[in-house]
Amino acid sequence: MRVFGRLSQEQIVFGLAVLLCLGFALALPGFLTAQNILNLVRSVSILGILGVAMGLVVIGRGIDLSLVALMAISVAWTLQLATNGMPMGLALALGLAFSLAVGLLNGFLVAYVEIPAIFATLAMGIAVYGFGRYVMFSLDVVYLPQDAEAFRWLGQGRLLGVPTPICMFALVSFLAFLFLRYTHQGRYLRTVGDNLAAARISGVPARPVILMQYMIAATIGFVGGCVTAASVASMNTRVANSTMIYDVILVVVLGGIGLSGGKGGIRNVIVGTLLIGVLLNGMTIMDIQYTVQNVIKGVILLTAIVIDTMLNPRDEQTAQQGDI
Amino acid sequence: MALTETYLRWRYRLVPDHLAGEILSKRWIDNTIPLFILLLVVAAFSTAMPEFFNAASVGDLSRQWGEFALLVLALMIVMLAGGIDLSVGSTFALGNIVALALISVAGWPMWAVVLGTLACGAAVGLVNGVLVGYLRLRAFLTTLVTLIIVRAIVDMLLLKYSVAIAGGFIDSDAWYYPGEGYLLGMPFSVVVAGVLAIVIHLVFSRSRAGWHVLAVGGSRRSAHNVGIPVKRVICSTYVISGIMAALAGLLFASRLGGAGADTGIGLEVTALTAAVLGGNSLGGGRGSAAKAIIGSVTVMIMVNGLVRIGVSAGANSLLLGLVLLAAVAIDVRWLKNRHKLLSKVYVSPTFMDLPAAPETDEGSIYAVNDKLHPVEKIGLDAIDGPEDVILDEDDNIYAGNRTGDIIRFFAPDYTRQEVYAHTGGRPLGMAFDRAGNLLVCIGGMGLYRITKAREVERLTDETNRSWLSVIDDSRLRLADDLDIAPDGRVFFSEATVRYEMHEWPVDCLESRGNGRIICYDPNKGKTHTVLKNLVFPNGICMSHDGQSFFFAETWGCRVSRYYFDGPKAGTVEVVIPDLPGYPDNINRASDGTYWLAIVGMRTPSLDLAMRMPGFRRRMARRIAPDEWLYANINTGCVVRFDETGRVLETLWDKGGENHPMITSMREHKGHLYIGGINNNRIGRLKLDWADPDWTGSQSYWRRS
Repeated sequence: MRVFGRLSQEQIVFGLAVLLCLGFALALPGFLTAQNILNLVRSVSILGILGVAMGLVVIGRGIDLSLVALMAISVAWTLQLATNGMPMGLALALGLAFSLAVGLLNGFLVAYVEIPAIFATLAMGIAVYGFGRYVMFSLDVVYLPQDAEAFRWLGQGRLLGVPTPICMFALVSFLAFLFLRYTHQGRYLRTVGDNLAAARISGVPARPVILMQYMIAATIGFVGGCVTAASVASMNTRVANSTMIYDVILVVVLGGIGLSGGKGGIRNVIVGTLLIGVLLNGMTIMDIQYTVQNVIKGVILLTAIVIDTMLNPRDEQTAQQGDI
Repeated sequence: MALTETYLRWRYRLVPDHLAGEILSKRWIDNTIPLFILLLVVAAFSTAMPEFFNAASVGDLSRQWGEFALLVLALMIVMLAGGIDLSVGSTFALGNIVALALISVAGWPMWAVVLGTLACGAAVGLVNGVLVGYLRLRAFLTTLVTLIIVRAIVDMLLLKYSVAIAGGFIDSDAWYYPGEGYLLGMPFSVVVAGVLAIVIHLVFSRSRAGWHVLAVGGSRRSAHNVGIPVKRVICSTYVISGIMAALAGLLFASRLGGAGADTGIGLEVTALTAAVLGGNSLGGGRGSAAKAIIGSVTVMIMVNGLVRIGVSAGANSLLLGLVLLAAVAIDVRWLKNRHKLLSKVYVSPTFMDLPAAPETDEGSIYAVNDKLHPVEKIGLDAIDGPEDVILDEDDNIYAGNRTGDIIRFFAPDYTRQEVYAHTGGRPLGMAFDRAGNLLVCIGGMGLYRITKAREVERLTDETNRSWLSVIDDSRLRLADDLDIAPDGRVFFSEATVRYEMHEWPVDCLESRGNGRIICYDPNKGKTHTVLKNLVFPNGICMSHDGQSFFFAETWGCRVSRYYFDGPKAGTVEVVIPDLPGYPDNINRASDGTYWLAIVGMRTPSLDLAMRMPGFRRRMARRIAPDEWLYANINTGCVVRFDETGRVLETLWDKGGENHPMITSMREHKGHLYIGGINNNRIGRLKLDWADPDWTGSQSYWRRS
């Protein structure tokens, strides 16, 4: 028990993922083949990219529930513009600009208007989805134009034999790691998440840092959306109403990034993503019904939150009224 | 100049500036913004669609509203305790499918269906409650996850039973009644929601259980510290929320009878929007059934109106998101800034034209002298703030202190002291009644009696509420000084109804008639207000005729006489209109005259400021309270006057060494005992001319 007690949540989750892998490998034929493993990682790489975005926000003691909606709408708009005849580069730039604008608005609402992040982004997600459906395009699903070969490569190509979504996941994770470890802004982000008041007193520009964290999340979300759209050659905006955002939170919390902020890093996101990948892949191979999978995911997420609460009890000194 | 002053006088007499702050300090002010939004929405839709509010449409809408209001009320209860329940939408869907499955597949009787459905809701609520309340998980994420899990369970149930439900015919009138029947001419669901709203309102405003919930939401840690079972309270709010959501689902099932895959999807966000739009605070402690009702009506009209107009689903979602954002933003900013706004607006000075102050130079009766210099210091550094002093038949001294005790100094040398009684408030004026009990005005509490057995008894702490005042003036905030008429009636002053004890100097900035004199009749046990609109009434002293009393108005710098009996009953006469300072307590002297304490002297600058209410208001708004211009209460004197108001002598401590600050004085057996509200001593001065056997008690109770 002593050895077990010293393990961090990240190590526990990693161990659990390895155990699950072993179990599936023994019980399920065809699980431990190179092809399946690549498929496994590829299937969760988009979740992983979004997990990195969410992880950065959570480290800064925020949460971004508008991530998936914003991703869907901005990428769908890009595709719509491209379909209408705009050059792909310009369409991408406009989509990114829209993402950044919404990210900025999120940050403004959280940092300056002081709305709890959870509500600001929840409402923003709904509003962005409605805005997209009402103003930007009228169909649920927007398809990729036929001639966008370079864009398509982003989701369906291979780099040195590895599918590009996995490469994109690796690239985003690496950049985020460098940002968090080696830049002033990255350290500010962690400081603000650890203790907002102390960061502010010691001269960290706390509010601009919060703006930045939501804008970074929006950017990474846009990248994730592009990879999604490229893989399936379309963007289904209904994903905004699905439970995908909770999967993203699941990845982050499961990996061991405490929701109270300031703790964890990119490695936690990767570990969390792997566990979810193994789990989903195994359940799919076992042919478990979709609704049952949802229940199992929900129970695991609940367990993860319980363990998170026990390992990182909320600090009553720095917790705010209305921080629910 | 004179014209300007006349204008100012009338402007401040006619325009009730102080009402702005008083209205803002009411709790119901929170409801005005949501109510305004509701009226706006109704106006907008009734102009856009005149047929929207006709009888048939309203009847249909109100039945839906009944179900929706139940959800919003459920969410409101959880929010009030500082949590949030996002699983209401899923629980609603669960209630729907369970009720349908029980009645048409299992074939249970109606009462069992109702119980079974509610039990399902309670079970979901219990899971939430245990996780959030006992395990202290974050409410938002936890209920998000239960939302997903319950939704998945509903989907599983749908796969299994939807065909059977769609195929079966329900042969039960009782089943259709909740969804289609009318009670008292209103749809059943509206009656249920209305009755529950009233019950919830009563519970939260009048019952212990409701107050516990409010306390937990207001401050979890303080609630824990005062012994409220925080975990159990939080858990129970989720259970109640689950039950109400399931009830709404049951009503929905009875109305439509269909199990669709999209039942209740997104309903939690709509309900949350309604709850926040109504003014229920995120984070708890502030909310009510009325707010939930206002919010639910607004959102219901908005959502249905848009559907009726025929905009796409996207526009609906866009509007909902924006309204939620705006509502939360207003809520957050209002909560943060309300007290700032209140503190800026509450202090509301008025025009006060004091008569010219008499000189205190050589030749004036108020001339500064050194007669108080020889006072002996009793209890030096052993008493903190004796506002009033009084002596009993055995010459012991009683004085209140800042920490709420009545201290007794023992005769003859007054070196020993004890705590005679602990009151808990701020003991101010005192008097002995005929039986020898000590009556005390306690700031923040009211009029109390301390019996000879040292028991502290409340005589009164409220009076009749005036009909037209905005703030509730029935409670006594600052009972100040009292005196007792020969028939036992107690007349006491309440200095101000607008400020608490610790803010009493701020009342000077206003100099409005905020004070009053109240009579407590022990024979009838009744309390009523005798004189209103007095400018900080302070000292009260029965005149020797037993038909009238003198009272001092501190910021008015005058002493008046009120006749409560006899031929002049009910009239007020000003006795001394122009004092050089701010009068405090009045007491009898042995030769038939009266002592008057002057707590501080007037200054030309403050007198001028009193005629410039705009200046004082700007001061109160723009600079910190520490920097405000206050009345001087550091140096005062004792004045002796007779019944006609003629001032006979003045006692000063010129060097300010022994007893500069004076709020009261009491003559007893040839000595004058002096108290001061900020002093660390009681003064004792030998009076050469005074009757060495005269005592206050004799003067009041033995003469007749």
